[in-house]
Amino acid sequence: MNATELATQAQSMAQRALELAEQARRAAEAAAPVAAAAEPFLYLLTIFLLACFVGYHVVWNVTPALHSPLMGVTNAISSVIVVGAILAAGTADTVVARIFGFLAVTLAAVNIFGGFMVTRRMLAMFKKKGG
Amino acid sequence: MATTLSTLAYLVASVLFILALRGLSHPETSRTGNMYGMIGMGIAILATLFKPGMGFGGITLIVAGLAIGGTVGTIVAQRIQMTALPQLVAAFHSLVGMAAVFVAAAAFYAPESFGIGTRGHIHGQSLVEMSLGLAIGAITFSGSVIAFAKLAGKMSGAPITFNGQHWLNLGLGILLLVLVITFVATGNGLLFWLIAILSFALGFLLIIPIGGADMPVVVSMLNSYSGWAAAGIGFTIGNLLLIVTGALVGASGAILSYIMCKGMNRSIINVLLGGFGSEGGTAAAGGGDADRPPVKAGSPEDAAYMMKNAQKIIIVPGYGMAVAQAQQVLREMADLLKKEGAEIKYAIHPVAGRMPGHMNVLLAEANVPYDEVFELEEINPEFADADVAFVIGANDVTNPAAKTDKSSAIYGMPILDVERAKTVFFVKRGMASGYAGVENELFYRPNTMMLFGDAKKVTQEVVQALQR
Repeated sequence: MNATELATQAQSMAQRALELAEQARRAAEAAAPVAAAAEPFLYLLTIFLLACFVGYHVVWNVTPALHSPLMGVTNAISSVIVVGAILAAGTADTVVARIFGFLAVTLAAVNIFGGFMVTRRMLAMFKKKGG
Repeated sequence: MATTLSTLAYLVASVLFILALRGLSHPETSRTGNMYGMIGMGIAILATLFKPGMGFGGITLIVAGLAIGGTVGTIVAQRIQMTALPQLVAAFHSLVGMAAVFVAAAAFYAPESFGIGTRGHIHGQSLVEMSLGLAIGAITFSGSVIAFAKLAGKMSGAPITFNGQHWLNLGLGILLLVLVITFVATGNGLLFWLIAILSFALGFLLIIPIGGADMPVVVSMLNSYSGWAAAGIGFTIGNLLLIVTGALVGASGAILSYIMCKGMNRSIINVLLGGFGSEGGTAAAGGGDADRPPVKAGSPEDAAYMMKNAQKIIIVPGYGMAVAQAQQVLREMADLLKKEGAEIKYAIHPVAGRMPGHMNVLLAEANVPYDEVFELEEINPEFADADVAFVIGANDVTNPAAKTDKSSAIYGMPILDVERAKTVFFVKRGMASGYAGVENELFYRPNTMMLFGDAKKVTQEVVQALQR
């Protein structure tokens, strides 16, 4: 086998790989709209259920002594609803929706700051013997 | 591209939130965990602010809202007394609920912003998700307001029950379902607000029959609801971060409710139907008072003398300690006893106090090291070799009737085995029975001594006697 043959073979293989890649790209393009349109709910539901499992395992590991701070933290992070509120206040095209968005941002902000601050206060008090 | 970036930011925030909860497995790692939570929230807010379509006016409005809310939240969190923590948490839950209602309303009046259709033509599935978020949010709001009022003493902690209460709730629940179905079918704005009003009423009616000492369950449950409300809104607007966080919080609250119910050996249904120990105070068990040996009442000096000579003392705090604000002076007492050479441990029942972990926070505030504080399973075997069990403001959780008397209302509830200690001191205001309305037979045992009076005053007198 000489060098020229090898080069030709390599070239044809590269050509084939390109063709395959092109096919894969077309297949992905064809599948994407279907996946995006028909299954967003299943996709979200999957994430939701997996997150429930993660929450279940993580929370059973929380020491009972820290159950009050746990409530503080969960309260603060559940205010992540502020994301929806910000979108409403910032991008809505009706005044009513913007007002609701603004009110929700304000309420959620009370929780975010209050929740994290009060948890920090609680956690700062937990000290070891002689500490 | 911008969408990919914000999705990535939301993913990072989700992971940080999980780490925040993970940190709470130990006090040493918890502070870093809380920091992760704050960073995660910061990332989430910034990523949303840089989304396309945000105008200058919008951002100004948002920053104003964040500034107002943030200031109020910070001030409240810094000023609140640790004994008032349960009502603060309840109040915070109500705000999450209300925020969920507002976001649902915003999504209803501006569906284009969330890509769920156009005004008046919102996708059916989005309407289902929206009404779920709305209903759970509204129930969380009004339920938490009632829980707050009960915990803060702004309304009586006694259960409010009336005939046909459960049938009324059931009827309203069915009506709610009908409204949701009609709303999904028509997308009518009036129905949206009817669902909100009915859910507010339901939240109110569901919490009023639940008594004060069942509040740990209620607070945990509302915590769970606030998570499900966030997840519901997350489904409505198709946001991953809201869904993940809502699931985390929902699971957390559900587990806490389960732990609290197990601590009372009651089912969640039993707690929610309420009316437990509605009168409280009058002794319910057995009529044979005359046969009983008399109750031994002691003085703080007696208690001080006996504890001075004790090797091992286990302190059992309950809600009464929190009410009397006796935790600080209790720690002083423990310090003096440690100087006398005694070993001091604290025993915490899962349902002591008005929220999960309430006693641990109060003791931590009084500078009690957390490695002296133990949970029920850890400490129970140790009562047998303790010289003194010092019960301050707790009652039902020490009642041995829970182990022996099948007719007792608290039968099967796990209790702290204080009766195994050589001597038991009960700091109590009087002979009234506890929340469950069951008399504590421990009061009549020969090795029990009652210290009648306010928890703080009695402990102060013990401290004075120890200093002499």
